[in-house]
Amino acid sequence: MRSVAVVGASLAGLAAARALRAQGYDGRITLIGDEPRAPYDRPPLSKDFLLGRTSAEELALGTEDDEPLDLDWRLGTAATGLDPRGRRITLADGGEVRADGVVLATGARARPLPGAGGAGTGPASDTASGAGGTAGVHTLRTLDDALALREALGAGGPLVVVGAGFIGAEVASTALACGVDVTVVEALPVPLAGPLGPEMGAVCAGLHTDHGVPLLCGTPVRRLLGDARVEGVELADGTVLPAAAVLVGIGSLPNTEWLAGSGLDATADLRGGVPTDGRGATALPGVVAVGDCAAAYQPDTGGHVRTEHWTDALRQPETAVRALLAGADAQDAQDAPGARGPLPYFWSEQYGVRLQFAGTRRDGDTVRVEAGDPEDRSFLAVYERDGSPTAVLGMDQPKQFTRWRRQLAARWAAVAT
Amino acid sequence: MEHSETLTLEDTVLVACRIEDLPPGESVRVEAGEGTDAVAVFNADGELYAIDDTCTHQDASLADGWLEDCKVECPLHAACFDLRTGMPSGPPAKRPVRTHRVTVEDGVVRVHVAAPVGAY
Repeated sequence: MRSVAVVGASLAGLAAARALRAQGYDGRITLIGDEPRAPYDRPPLSKDFLLGRTSAEELALGTEDDEPLDLDWRLGTAATGLDPRGRRITLADGGEVRADGVVLATGARARPLPGAGGAGTGPASDTASGAGGTAGVHTLRTLDDALALREALGAGGPLVVVGAGFIGAEVASTALACGVDVTVVEALPVPLAGPLGPEMGAVCAGLHTDHGVPLLCGTPVRRLLGDARVEGVELADGTVLPAAAVLVGIGSLPNTEWLAGSGLDATADLRGGVPTDGRGATALPGVVAVGDCAAAYQPDTGGHVRTEHWTDALRQPETAVRALLAGADAQDAQDAPGARGPLPYFWSEQYGVRLQFAGTRRDGDTVRVEAGDPEDRSFLAVYERDGSPTAVLGMDQPKQFTRWRRQLAARWAAVAT
Repeated sequence: MEHSETLTLEDTVLVACRIEDLPPGESVRVEAGEGTDAVAVFNADGELYAIDDTCTHQDASLADGWLEDCKVECPLHAACFDLRTGMPSGPPAKRPVRTHRVTVEDGVVRVHVAAPVGAY
C-alpha cells in the first residue's frame, strides 16, 4: 500500500493518521477535512470553551509530535464522492485524491429541528451552524457554532434548549453558569432514556431541577416563533416559551451522503452510518470507517451500532488501520477473534457533576445501584442482562467507575467479533 | 494550609497520610492549599510516587485513576502518565505532569512540592 486517504480531519481522522505511522506505514497520507481548521477537540465546546475558560488554541489536537507524521493536508474542502474503482475521492474544490487505502472518518453533524428552516437534508458539506432561516437558532457541533452560541449567551437570555440529551444538558448547565435564564424542553417523557434507560434517565433529569432549570418533558416543539430572528418556542400543547436564543440538541446525522454511488450504499442505508465489522472494515476492500460516521458490528447486541463516542473516535482507528494494512476485508472478520475496537465509553459534565458510562445497554437490561445513592447525585449503577453486567454508569464516582469499566473491557475483549 | 510547612522559599512539604493508609495499589489526593496544585501520591508495589493530581488534558483527578506498574491512567480519558517522569505515554494528554519527591519518616508520608513554576 503506497497511499492512504483519510477523509475527515477531526479526532478519528487524526488518530487514523497517527495509527498508520505507528504501525509502520511509510507511504503517502492525505488528510481531507471540510473545515478549514486543523483538528480540534469538540467536547469542551459545550463546556469550558462555551464558558470562555478554554481558548481555541487549547482545543488543538495536534502536537509537535505529529510533525514527523508527514501528512498531506487538504483542509477546507469536503469530499463529494468516492469512486470505488481506483478508490478515487472527488473534492468540493474540484480536485481529486487517488489512494490505495481509504479511511472514512467524516463524522456527523447536528440534526436540525424538523420544519424549523434548518439546513438538514443537504449533503455533508452543509455547515451544521443551525438554522438557514432564523437568526438566534443554534446547533452545536463546530468551533464556529460554539463561538456563535457563546456570543448569544453573552447577550443574555432567555435561552430555550430543545432536547435534553447530553449536548442540551451541558449547554443548559453552561448557560446557567453564565447567568442566563434557561429552559429545557424534551419531546420524550424521560430524557436520556435511550442511552441510559428510563430509571437513570430520570435521575439525570433531576440535575436540571436541582439547579432550578425548568425541564418540560413529553411535549414536542410545534414551531419556532419569529421571522428574521427567533422570539420564542411554541410547544405541541400550545405553551409558548419566550426565547432570545434557541439551542437545538436533538442528536446527529452521520456525514455519509457523499458516499452515494460508492457501492457502500448498495447494501446498506447509510443514514445509520457506514456499517463495518468489529474492526472497522467496510464492505469495500481497502476501505475502513471509524468514528461518528461508522456503525460497527457488536456481537453483544447483534447489530451495527453508531456509537458517536469521543473515545471510540480516538481508539477505533488503531484496530481499523491494522485491518486496512493487513488487506483484510469484512468477510475475514468472523475469523478474527478479539480484534475489535474498544468498549464503548462516554462521559458528560453537567452542573458540576461528572457522568461516566461504559458498555452496551439494551432495552430490557435491569439496572441496580451498586454504590452511593442517586439522591445524593453520587452513585454507581450496573446494568445487567441474564445475570451478567452489560454496562456501568457512574455519577461522580470516578474510582469505582474505572474498576467496573476495566472489568467490562476485559469481558468485551474476550468476545470474538 | 494546616497540613503544610514551608522549608525554604522553593519547597512546600505536604503531609500526605500515614504509610499504613497507603497500601500497594492505592493512591491519595493531597490538597496543597491556595496557589499550589493538589498532588497525588501512589503506592506502586511498595514504591511511593507523587505527581500533580490534575490531568494535563482535562480537569480530572489522577488519584482517581487506574494504577498499573509505574503508570497511572486518567479516569476520564485514559491518558497515561509515567509516575517516575510525569511524561504522558501518548494522546490525549500533550503535556507532562510535574513529579515530586516523597519521603517517609516515622510512618508519615510527606511530599516535597517544588515551587509552582506555571511554565507548562
